[in-house]
Amino acid sequence: MKVLRAGILSTLQDLGRWGHQRFGVPVSGVMDEVSHRLANLLAGNAEDQATVEMTLVGPGFALTRDALIAVCGGEFEARINGEALPRARPVLARAGSTLDFGVCRRGCRAYLAVAGGFAVDPVLGSRSTYLRGGFGGWRGRPLQRGDLLPTAEPDPARYPSLHRKLGERRAPMAYPGWSVTERVELLAPGPYLLRFVPGRQWEAFPQPVRERFLGAEYRVGSNSDRQGYRLAGPLLIPGAPVEIISGGVTFGTIQVPPDGEPIVLMANRQTTGGYPRLGEVATVDLPLLAQLPPGAPVRFQQVELATAQALLIERERDLARTREGIALQSRR
Amino acid sequence: MPGQLDIFPLGDRALVIEVADSVSEAATGHARRLAERVARARLPGVREVVPAFCSITVHYDPVALCAGGLPFEILSARLLALLSGPEDEAPSPGRVLEIPVCYGGDCGEDLAALALARDMTPARFVELHCAPTYFVGMLGFAPGFPYLAGMDQRLIAARRATPRSRVPAGSVAIGGEHTGIYPFESPGGWHLIGRTPLRLFAFERDPPSLLQAGDRVRFVPIAPEEFERAAEFQRAAEELRA
Repeated sequence: MKVLRAGILSTLQDLGRWGHQRFGVPVSGVMDEVSHRLANLLAGNAEDQATVEMTLVGPGFALTRDALIAVCGGEFEARINGEALPRARPVLARAGSTLDFGVCRRGCRAYLAVAGGFAVDPVLGSRSTYLRGGFGGWRGRPLQRGDLLPTAEPDPARYPSLHRKLGERRAPMAYPGWSVTERVELLAPGPYLLRFVPGRQWEAFPQPVRERFLGAEYRVGSNSDRQGYRLAGPLLIPGAPVEIISGGVTFGTIQVPPDGEPIVLMANRQTTGGYPRLGEVATVDLPLLAQLPPGAPVRFQQVELATAQALLIERERDLARTREGIALQSRR
Repeated sequence: MPGQLDIFPLGDRALVIEVADSVSEAATGHARRLAERVARARLPGVREVVPAFCSITVHYDPVALCAGGLPFEILSARLLALLSGPEDEAPSPGRVLEIPVCYGGDCGEDLAALALARDMTPARFVELHCAPTYFVGMLGFAPGFPYLAGMDQRLIAARRATPRSRVPAGSVAIGGEHTGIYPFESPGGWHLIGRTPLRLFAFERDPPSLLQAGDRVRFVPIAPEEFERAAEFQRAAEELRA
C-alpha cells in the first residue's frame, strides 16, 4: 500500500507494548481498542495485529495488490475510486484502486485493518508507534506521503464469495451485505456518560470537590492527545494539596494536577505519575472517550469496581460471539 | 522488612500493593523484591508488574480471573498468599552504578544560577550533588527516566515555572527533591545541572533501560573534554550498529 496522503496523524498501533512499563516504556497502542479488534477480526487477523489508527483527517492509499480490508471506529468519508467504502465489514479491494479516507464526520479515530497485517518488525514485542521515543510501528513515526507499507496477500480461502464477486465484475471492491454492529452512543449529541471507579485518593479530596466533579459537565479540551485528555470545566482545587507518593497509573486514570484541570490518561500515557487521582474510567467506556473530539461534553458517574468488572466481562462475551459470527461468515 | 501489605484497585484492570506510607530506600527495595516475586510467579491473568517508590502496580486481565467471584478479590487473595509465604529465592542484589556527569557550562545551564541562589560556589554544589549514593525510586515520564531519591536537602529546587521545550538527551536535572536524567531529547521542567554521555535507554538492548527501580547510583564528575570523547565514542558505536 502506497501512502498518497498522510492525514493529520496516522500511525500503526496494536494492543500495546506490554511488559516494559517497569523501564518507563509507555504501553501505547490503540486508543479505541474495540474498533481496532473488530477491524482485525473482520480482516481475519489476530486481534493484536497492527492497524492504521487515523485521526480526524484520514490518509489516502494506492493499493498495489488486492487487499482484504476492514474499517471500524469513527465515521470518515472513506471512498475507493470515488465509491463510498462500507464500514464495519470485510471489503476485498482491487489492486490499482485508490483508497481515500477524507475527513471524519462522527467520532475521532478509525482503524484500518488489512488481512495478514502490516509486515513491520515488532519493537519490544509490539508494532505500536511510540512517537516520543521514535520507535515502533512504521519507522517510529506517523505515515508520510510516499511510504510503501508492506502488506500480505489475502488468503482466497477466507470469504471465497468476495473473491468470486471481484473476479466476475469490474468494480473496485466486493463486500457482503452484512456488517458488525458498532457503538451507537456517538449518534447522540451528548453529554456522554463516563463511568469511573473511585481510586485510592478519592476520599482524600474534600467532599465539595468530589461533588463538583460528579455534578459538572466537562468538555474534552483542545489540548487533548493520545497521551491524555484534558477536561475543561469546573476546576478541582482542594484547600490543602492531596498527598500522594508517585506510582503506577493506567489507561483511564483521572489525575488532578495543581491547576485543578482533570486529565484522563490515555493510550500513550506515562507509566507512573505523581499527581493525585480521582479514580479510573471504566475500561468499557474508554473506547467511547477515545472517539470524542475536542469540545465534546462529558459527565462522570461513580460505579463500584464490581460493576466495572462485570461490564468488561460482559463486553468480552459479546466480542466472543461476534468473533464466532465473523468466523462463520468468512467461510462463505 | 515492613509487614503489612495493603491492596487497592487501580481501576478495573490494575491494582496497587502499598508496602509503606513514606519514601525510604528500604521501602523501594522491598517494593522491588515484591515486584520480582510477583513477576516470577506468573500468576494467571497477570500482565505485568511495575515497581515504584513504595508500591507495586499489577496490571491484570479480569476476564482471565472471573471464575467464582470478583476478579480483583480473586487476584488480591492470590497475591497475599504468594507474598506472605517464604521467599522462593534470594532477592537479586541491588546494583550500584556510576554515572559520569559533565557539570555546568553548556552541559548544565542552570547550575550557576542554582548555586548562586544557595550562596555557594558551583564547585560546592557539584560536590554536594556527587556526595550521596542515590536510589532509583521508579522509572517514568519517559522510557528509562529515573527518579533518584537521596539528594542533599540543600539542593532541592521547585520545578521551573515554564518548562523548556527542548532538553538535550543525557541531561542530569533537579526537580523538587529528586534528581533525574533525560534519556531522550524532550520537553522538560527540571533544572539542568549537567549531562552524561551514557545512553539511558536503547530499545535494542536487553533490558532496554540502563537503570531499574531499586538500583543505586553515584555521580562522578568528568571534564568537558572527557564528555566530548565519550559522546563521540557513543556516536561512533551507534553508527556502527546502524
